[in-house]
Amino acid sequence: MSEITLPASLQGVAPVKSIRTPASLEYQYSAGRASSRFLNNVAQKRLVGQRCPTCLKVYVPPRGSCPTCGVATDEDVELTDNGTITSFCVVNVPFMGTLMDIPYVSALIVLDGSDIPIMHLIQEVPYDEVHPGMRVEAVWVPDDEIGATLESIRYFRPNGEPDAPFDSYKENV
Amino acid sequence: MRDVAIISFAQTRHRREISDINEVEMLMPLMGEALAEAGIAKERVDFVCSASSDYLAGQPFSFVMSLDAFGPWPPISESHVDMDGAWALYEAWVKMQMGKTDIALVYAYGKSSPGNIRRVMSRQLDPYSLGPLWLDSVSMAAMQARLGLEAGAFTEKQMADVVAASRRHGAANPFAQLGGEFDAGALLAEPEFVSPLRKHDCPPVTDGAAVLILAAGDVARELSERPAWIRGIDHRIEAAALGVRDLTRSVSTEQAGARAGVADGPVDFAELHAPFAHQELILRSALGLADDVTVNPSGGALCANPIMTAGLIRFGEAATRIGRGDGDRAVAHATSGPCLQQNLVCVLEGE
Repeated sequence: MSEITLPASLQGVAPVKSIRTPASLEYQYSAGRASSRFLNNVAQKRLVGQRCPTCLKVYVPPRGSCPTCGVATDEDVELTDNGTITSFCVVNVPFMGTLMDIPYVSALIVLDGSDIPIMHLIQEVPYDEVHPGMRVEAVWVPDDEIGATLESIRYFRPNGEPDAPFDSYKENV
Repeated sequence: MRDVAIISFAQTRHRREISDINEVEMLMPLMGEALAEAGIAKERVDFVCSASSDYLAGQPFSFVMSLDAFGPWPPISESHVDMDGAWALYEAWVKMQMGKTDIALVYAYGKSSPGNIRRVMSRQLDPYSLGPLWLDSVSMAAMQARLGLEAGAFTEKQMADVVAASRRHGAANPFAQLGGEFDAGALLAEPEFVSPLRKHDCPPVTDGAAVLILAAGDVARELSERPAWIRGIDHRIEAAALGVRDLTRSVSTEQAGARAGVADGPVDFAELHAPFAHQELILRSALGLADDVTVNPSGGALCANPIMTAGLIRFGEAATRIGRGDGDRAVAHATSGPCLQQNLVCVLEGE
């Protein structure tokens, strides 16, 4: 690095080491057709995915297109709120905005009848007993708190069924 | 230099607000249209390059999700620019020069409606001295227009003539947001918006998207009856600080135009990305276009200005017109940054 020589007029001027320039912008976000339909169904306590007309995979939440085929998905497929854990992690680090006590478990859950996992929380089971293949069910918030958001599902918990065979979810691992 | 041509183009019917669908839903039909026009399945596309801005969407990494409109699985070769789609085209063209890419798909999208576009655009300014002032895009363009008027570089009557011609052309373009017959004298009687600019001197606020396909050499000849060949393309940048530039002319456009070879032959028409009326006059002069050269037969950005997309649309509109035989040699231009800071100039030819 070469030395920088300031002009005489700037020598002795106290350097500004940082400035603070707060900025905020407001947006009106539109979820789009597919996501709006999904979220409005969540408000009715229903989980509705969409099937690709080409490869027949069922996506949830649907984004209106199949990322493999690049075609529109418009056939609705009603799913249950039961599913299988394909993968998970134990969260040991608190971060801003979290409402959970640590450690807690985030998991990928492939809902029965769908081909892509959603991410959600696992509760009502010790974190060190969570494992791939574990069958789980959604625990919804009370009916008067349900809205068009995935937070309408508070978390998933074991549903008591025996583990799903690996072959049933290996595509999602 | 490897011969590369635009062989296909699709765009939305641009509107003030497209709020019922998300960006993927906006792009997906265009992907299908562009691939169908080229007569190819998406598996033949060797490279995808996209253009957008998270500041418009208000979401981090929003462009990653937009790839679902093309289908990125199994994994594809892909890149993204946080600039107008014309620069995504430029990146694809450079990649095609390296020889292994024969077909590239370029797409761009921008919804201005979710946010306040004048505030959003101010975030591209340097964060120390200009950004904190929230200096907005219309005010900066107005300062440029004021300088140009006082220097005698152009007149308010010429600006009104630009608007009248753009709106007349826009009326014939089914994709344009604005169009119609307007009398220059009546336009001049309108009140000023941000002096000296009147509202019609400024671009409309637009949501829209576009998809364009490039092909090299014989692949282009195989897929298109009349490809629009890129004969020259060049990009120049001026300083970010407005105070060090001569805003009454566009030195970067002069240089890019010379290096792209604009003057090496007759120009049948030009598609210039001039969001503000006076900027078309500055660009026309910088490119040395003859008085009888039609500029923006599509209506230009004054009739539809989807941010991050309006530059790429100039390339698509020019190529479409060459493809159907409206001309043999055209100039396509895109700009970026305040007051024409960056300029990309391209010469397109039919065979």
